[in-house]
Amino acid sequence: MSHPAPPDAPVPDMPVLSIRLADGVLAFDGRLTIARVSETERQLEDMLARSPGPLLIDLSGLTRIDTVGAWIVHRLLRDRPGSGITGASADAERLLAEVSAADRPCEVRPVTEPFILRELRRLGEYVYAFRDSAVSALDFIGLTIISAWRAIAAGRGVRWNAVWVQMEQVGVNALGIIGLMSFLIGIVLAQQGAVQLRQFGAEVFVINLVGRATFRELGILLTAIMVAGRSASAFAAQIGSMKLAEEVDAMRTIGLDPIEVLVLPRTIALILMMPLLAFYASVLGVVGGGLFSWAELGIPPATFAQRLREVVPMSDFWIGLSKAPVFGAIIAIIGCHQGFQVTGNAESVGQRTTQAVVEAIFIVIVLDAFFAVFYTALGLS
Amino acid sequence: MATHADEPPVIRVRGLVNRFGDQTVHEGLDLDVRPGEILGVVGGSGTGKSVLMRSIIGLQTPAEGDITVLGQPVTGGETTQNQELTRQWGVLFQGGALFSGLTVAENIEVPLREYFRLTGQLMDEIAAYKVAMVGLPPEAGPKYPSELSGGMKKRAALARALALDPKLLFLDEPTAGLDPIAADGFDTLIRTLAETMGLTVFLITHDLDTLHAICDRVAVIAEKRIIASGTVAELSRFDHPWVQEYFSGPRGRAAAIAQHHAPLEVG
Ligand SMILES: Nc1ncnc2c1ncn2[C@@H]1O[C@H](COP(=O)(O)OP(=O)(O)O)[C@@H](O)[C@H]1O
Ligand SMILES: [Mg+2]
Repeated sequence: MSHPAPPDAPVPDMPVLSIRLADGVLAFDGRLTIARVSETERQLEDMLARSPGPLLIDLSGLTRIDTVGAWIVHRLLRDRPGSGITGASADAERLLAEVSAADRPCEVRPVTEPFILRELRRLGEYVYAFRDSAVSALDFIGLTIISAWRAIAAGRGVRWNAVWVQMEQVGVNALGIIGLMSFLIGIVLAQQGAVQLRQFGAEVFVINLVGRATFRELGILLTAIMVAGRSASAFAAQIGSMKLAEEVDAMRTIGLDPIEVLVLPRTIALILMMPLLAFYASVLGVVGGGLFSWAELGIPPATFAQRLREVVPMSDFWIGLSKAPVFGAIIAIIGCHQGFQVTGNAESVGQRTTQAVVEAIFIVIVLDAFFAVFYTALGLS
Repeated sequence: MATHADEPPVIRVRGLVNRFGDQTVHEGLDLDVRPGEILGVVGGSGTGKSVLMRSIIGLQTPAEGDITVLGQPVTGGETTQNQELTRQWGVLFQGGALFSGLTVAENIEVPLREYFRLTGQLMDEIAAYKVAMVGLPPEAGPKYPSELSGGMKKRAALARALALDPKLLFLDEPTAGLDPIAADGFDTLIRTLAETMGLTVFLITHDLDTLHAICDRVAVIAEKRIIASGTVAELSRFDHPWVQEYFSGPRGRAAAIAQHHAPLEVG
């Protein structure tokens, strides 16, 4: 045969299958099993192409046959009316009966349409999905607020245990990576700023740059992006897996509101943790910038700190922090919302998790732009 | 059913010990499965039936003991790399474990693709007759597992286990969660397939009807080992509280009577 043997083929003492075709008699000798068939399928097809018409199939030389072998024989008998078999063992007869009873063709995959049509349909579906997803996300925000209200009105209050657990996962466990990232960004900012400002002999303004940028924008924005990557994905995957295992349905039947049990604690945890994380990130960013200024520009930490107090207005600090709870809420809600959209299979968990991260980061950046315009309009620049 | 007591066993387990942390699941477990037989494995929940099966197929590395399958030693992780061995067995997991991103027919084609170079057309035909053989309607072929009922999933998983015409079939509670009629149908199916294809079957079950209807021998797992094995008739005379309770409790007696009065086509 032209194709290489599969890895399992050469079993020493296993007799091969030999096929002879002469005068309308097709004789199989040896093992008519799936392994042998896969080696000789094309050879058999070539032989058969040269000899149309009814065949007498001689099975007397077979040492073993399985359902695939029986299927090959059955297919010949079916497609060439007038054909017959001879020399079949009891096993072969039984398998032939078994496969001919099972000869009911079925589709292997859902019917597919032509490429162009499919791509057009996908594009259309994408547009509709975008609209639906926006609408259902708004719905979901509403549902979350209603659930929160109901939980409070019914005197159940918030599930603080779940909130603590989530606060640890989304906040405390993120301290390492967020701190490291902010520290490095602080260094990069100071370094790049110094290179430019040195041209004017104004290196000392590095402090303005690092201080204002981190407290007002970068601290919170980078934290939000990191949290979106870490926690929106985690929320989507956790809730999605629970949906697949019908845990969410089970909650409903027991009378638990899945939004109250799953979404509220996560949302509250992020609303509480985001300002703390953002503050922490800003501080470490400034520490990074300060260390760089000390090492490279010779600005001692005391001078750095004092100048920082002079140039960074408190309004920067409050503006930065005011965005944090909003970002936290939106990240949590998008993550949970995508989790609830999971249906069917494991692939859907993957898609929804990806979408949760992409959507969360996108919305965070859009909102940040919105905040920038808003605060500038208020005259807080 | 033609069992060959004189031939070497298909599965041979000696002195198996399995531990999870400080919990010992098996302690010196011995088991033989003879060629061509359907061996039922019974035992209470959590006695380690699934763990035994996972050890035999190499998914679980035992703490101690020797396992031979089809004459080849099984040593934990490496076994699943041994294609010569894995090709010869089919496994039906307790939860079905169908690949959720593939249709039923594509699930059946996965092992075919992995081991052989068949033409696409022949593979599709094989998938189609396997779908019919396990009693699924043709419409089930292009469906995804999430679109199937529990019983249909079991059947689809059985079709995948049978894809390579294995010599040896492992079934973990195949009828659990099926309605009695579907379960009867499944029993009949396994028996017929085992007879036509000459299979050896390692069958974990809780289902007394299944034991009576299709098992040549039954092995009872309790106290961390196989405490008894034999035909159902032999076991119902075996003097052990759990075995007595199991075979002579109300359900055990009902199953025995049902079997006695209706030997059916599987008897
Ligand atoms: N991966 C695992 N880690 C820890 N313990 C396990 C694991 N798998 C099984 N066990 C324990 O081993 C025992 C036997 O489990 P199993 O074989 O699944 O029982 P069953 O007989 O019901 O199939 C149980 O007590 C279970 O808790
Ligand atoms: Mg089990």
